[in-house]
Amino acid sequence: MDIHEYQAKELLSGFGVPVPRGMAAYSPDQAVYCATELGGWHWAVKAQIHSGARGKAGGIKLCRTYHDVHEAARSLLGSRLVTNQTGPEGKPVQRVYVEVAEPFERELYFGIVLDRKAERVRIIASAEGGMEIEELARSAPEKILQVVVEPAVGLQAFEARELSFGLGLNLKQVAAAVRLMLGAYRAFRSLDATMLEINPMVITRDERILALDAKMSFDDNALFRQRNVAAMRDPSQEDPREVAASQHDLSYVGLDGDIGCLINGAGLAMATLDMIKFAGGSPANFLDVGGGASPDRVKNAFSVVLGDRNVKAVLVNIFAGINRCDWVAEGVVKAFRELAIKVPVVVRLAGTNVEAGQRIVRESGLPLIIADDLADAAAKAVNAANAA
Amino acid sequence: MAILIDQRSKILVQGFTGDKGTFHAKEAIDYGTDIVGGVTPGKGGTKHLGLPVFNTVKEAVAATSADTSITFVAPAFCADAIMEAADAGIRVLVSITDGIPAQDMMRVKRYLRRYPKEKRLLMCGPNCAGVISPGKAMLGIMPAHIYKEGRVGVVSRSGTLGYEAASQMKALGIGISTSVGIGGDPINGSSFLDHLQLFEQDPETDAVLMIGEIGGPQEVEAATWVKENMSKPVVGYIAGMSAPKGRRMGHAGAIISTAGESAPEKTEFLRSCGITIVPAPSEFGRTVAEVLGKSD
Repeated sequence: MDIHEYQAKELLSGFGVPVPRGMAAYSPDQAVYCATELGGWHWAVKAQIHSGARGKAGGIKLCRTYHDVHEAARSLLGSRLVTNQTGPEGKPVQRVYVEVAEPFERELYFGIVLDRKAERVRIIASAEGGMEIEELARSAPEKILQVVVEPAVGLQAFEARELSFGLGLNLKQVAAAVRLMLGAYRAFRSLDATMLEINPMVITRDERILALDAKMSFDDNALFRQRNVAAMRDPSQEDPREVAASQHDLSYVGLDGDIGCLINGAGLAMATLDMIKFAGGSPANFLDVGGGASPDRVKNAFSVVLGDRNVKAVLVNIFAGINRCDWVAEGVVKAFRELAIKVPVVVRLAGTNVEAGQRIVRESGLPLIIADDLADAAAKAVNAANAA
Repeated sequence: MAILIDQRSKILVQGFTGDKGTFHAKEAIDYGTDIVGGVTPGKGGTKHLGLPVFNTVKEAVAATSADTSITFVAPAFCADAIMEAADAGIRVLVSITDGIPAQDMMRVKRYLRRYPKEKRLLMCGPNCAGVISPGKAMLGIMPAHIYKEGRVGVVSRSGTLGYEAASQMKALGIGISTSVGIGGDPINGSSFLDHLQLFEQDPETDAVLMIGEIGGPQEVEAATWVKENMSKPVVGYIAGMSAPKGRRMGHAGAIISTAGESAPEKTEFLRSCGITIVPAPSEFGRTVAEVLGKSD
């Protein structure tokens, strides 16, 4: 799960990470009010969307007057901001963050990730702040400093000190940077984050260290014990099809093809999408209906898949282990009747209770297309979509 | 012989008395698996399915000489249950649980390293369908009848795609020595590499089918080892050809985050290491059959 910059800063400052003073606003008037409350002479008005590279996309405006703040907020709020990470449709700006603009001397990079290869937390720092780290890793990997943290004891002060000296900081700056790094690590660990990026981390003219931008992602599996973080979810930043699916507790990813997919198991679902491509078609979505799929759950899955107007045919592919084919078949029949389905539906069933499931499909009298195996299912779905 | 489990494995069920634990323990017993008891804290001293229930894994091991365990424990408590099993001397553990926080798994992996390698617990999962050595023992949630007993090892991140492969193989008369699920999470108890090493040493395995997917470094690590060390033929597939970057495809670990983690990139790497690629997911059986035909 991702959160906004202002939310990440709020969380981080609770762990002693210094951030510029700022307030979130939902209207131009409120933005001006924030600027007056914050004081100072310059402000940054920043579009809050779940994406990096907002500056290059015009989502961050430096303001010298209250009038500028009003204009900046007016132009950003209600717009869709397109960055190199959002895709061409962009993401809606529903709030801006008004922040006191601090003059700074240097921009640095600081990040924390859960490293799957090391199976540990990895700290990344670089003197080249403001750049995207992937780009830096390609062009100048020697400029990236790293520490892999021993999980039993956590990040140690000496490790943060080594990184800070490695960034070329002076003694006063090192002390401040160590505090920031240890605080950020504690936040990462305590809040079950999977990614934390402070880019840039800046040295101000008066030699303070500040997190000028902050980005955090969290482990969905840990949200049950991070209610505070879970409450920060902003559905406006997600694909509406995926929001609808998550209300039914279904795992769904929207794609841009025309064959709707309803499958059990993530691996089989990915492989079925592959199979559709090999057969010359294009999948409209990934959907894992999960284990223990009841008829109602299958019906809900259909309503999510058909919520996508591009869908011209639906492929149901179930290999039941803990699922039961007869339940899935009942769900397909129920969905067909209750949702008044107009597009062709191809059904492939295998595994637990397959005979009972196929009998229900056959005897339903509905125009369902039965497929024998994976290849047959993909071919029939592609034909059906092309004929529609 | 198979790997990990066989008819001699003495198996505990952690989370024995819950609905899922009960259902799948029954299935395993019906298959002929030697389930010797279970652990549910607070229910020690009672009987369940005619078998003894213990409060702690240590008590269970002392009373039954169990060496293997399967966990049906809720995500919030599962890391604790795994570490308890490791500390009690359990050697092979299968975790079906889906939803364990990644940082919990990080701590589990660190904890397991407390023990010297010859005493260390080998964990399969979490978020996997389990392990089956057809005809010998079944420890998981898979439909057992789709697996034919034989001489091909299978290791897969996905449960259902493993079923697909097993049933295609059975349709062609090809059997399996052991099928291992390593699970769909970002941090797994054991890797493709761990199981390829076991299959390489297993005299009852002639070839291995490895079913990977997008995300993470494991397939590349395993393929590198195969190129240098594996004498038996390996067949591979990477699911997720159409997965967009940065999107989680169901499994917590199925996400392309950095270069080299996409399906085309991994597939090409596997091929370059001498692994025979399954050209489409409908061709698992046929590809394995071809490779077996060649190696005769």
